[in-house]
Amino acid sequence: MSRFRDLVESGSFVVTGEIAPPLGTDLTAMRAAVDLLAPVCDAINVTDNQGASLHLSSLAASRVVLEMGVEPIFQQTCRDRNRLALQSDLLAAWTLGLTNLLAVTGDDPRSGDHPEAKGVFDLDSTQLVQVARGFNEGHDMKGRDLKGATDFFIGAAMFPDAEPWDMQQARIEEKMAAGVRFFQTQAVFDLDKFARAVDVVHAAGAKVIGGILVLRSARAVRFINERLAGLMVPEAIAARIEGADDAAEEGVLLAIEQARALHELADGIHIMPLGLDAAVARIVREAGIKS
Amino acid sequence: MIITRPREWERVRAQLADLGATRVFITGCGECATIAQTGGESEVLSAKQRLEDAGFVVTGWSVGDVTCNAGGQRLEARKHAGEIESADAVLVLACGAGVQTVADTITKPVTPGLESVFLGNVVRQGVFEERCQMCGDCVLDRTAGICPVTTCPKGLLNGPCGGMWDGMCEVVADLECTHVSIRRRLAEQGRAAKAEPLPPKDYSKKLKPGKVDIRPKYHGRKAGGAS
Repeated sequence: MSRFRDLVESGSFVVTGEIAPPLGTDLTAMRAAVDLLAPVCDAINVTDNQGASLHLSSLAASRVVLEMGVEPIFQQTCRDRNRLALQSDLLAAWTLGLTNLLAVTGDDPRSGDHPEAKGVFDLDSTQLVQVARGFNEGHDMKGRDLKGATDFFIGAAMFPDAEPWDMQQARIEEKMAAGVRFFQTQAVFDLDKFARAVDVVHAAGAKVIGGILVLRSARAVRFINERLAGLMVPEAIAARIEGADDAAEEGVLLAIEQARALHELADGIHIMPLGLDAAVARIVREAGIKS
Repeated sequence: MIITRPREWERVRAQLADLGATRVFITGCGECATIAQTGGESEVLSAKQRLEDAGFVVTGWSVGDVTCNAGGQRLEARKHAGEIESADAVLVLACGAGVQTVADTITKPVTPGLESVFLGNVVRQGVFEERCQMCGDCVLDRTAGICPVTTCPKGLLNGPCGGMWDGMCEVVADLECTHVSIRRRLAEQGRAAKAEPLPPKDYSKKLKPGKVDIRPKYHGRKAGGAS
């Protein structure tokens, strides 16, 4: 059973982190990252070929995280698998003990390390959520009874900073109607925009975990603004990191400020450490979220 | 119409070299490839010049009305039978359908000179845009006449995805997010509130190869309709 789900649904403020499985079979670095995040995280997202670039599967890596005694959030994108494979992997996830699901669209292959690959997108994220909810209700996409249902805690992504808002709002509402119980957002830089998203989600009884990117260097800021899909660091924040004597320290201080602010507004924070895994515990503690 | 673009000249030369061809007949198309300016009379004549400059002998050329029409192409082949017979290969400046129609009507080796790229709208002369994938399961009734399957680079039925920023697509620069366009037009038409997410697409409607037979005399005798 999902302790993460119990925390979220009971209204506790949760902390989630994020790891990327390796390109290869050596799990040493991934385990080390889990060890750094686990003391302050209630669950850890395990990405699925993130950035449309090849990694060990989220399915296997999520199981490794679970065996380390840490609760994973199994991420599944629609990019690499058709509906047969997605359903089959969802069944596999449940049998492997993975109970938290984050259903996302996935970046386009053209932005990744195999730009020649065919993007599948047989389903989109809303449809994938509908499939997972169907599994929870005991049936597959064709309405046939499953021999053994699932009980996934279903999450989805959200980008509260992105305009136009009315369309984002419609999208969020559609995802909740499809079965989403919690959202993890992309990096939040605008708290007013975040607050209006929280209102929409809370009105439907779901939860919002606000995203924090640890901006470790001026280079990272440039990379995010130029290359990462849909993440725009505002000029003032970019200038603050770029102008700092110690950019990594400034990035951590910024993350602490953001965590404090989100502590007031959100149901949790999701920290994307961008390699600064060692700073995650400090961010959570200095923001006064956990001791 | 079918949009084509010229295949790299070096590659076309290599194809002819692979066939051991020194004598070439050229076929264009009077329909789509003429409008796309890739296989009309003027492009066929410049290909002829190019081949001759490279030392090939061009035995003849033709630009039939519609190269993918088997009946018309058979007539065209008969008209130029001698010129085709004396060639080692036929270079076709038409879409893939045209190339195959030519290949079905003659015995000489056929080689393509164009790439077939999409079913295109003619936005204005010389500007073509892809708007339809011919998926066999049209959703335009639900999407305000804008096809997300074609115009969203990911082909998502429901969106925007997480990459949309300021109403723009994350994959293709300078492209408005199709799902933003769809939702805006639905709202302008007072249809937004009723809009439900689209269900997964039925790709069995697009199983290859497609075939349609609308001849009345065959009804009941032979499998008809679209597949």
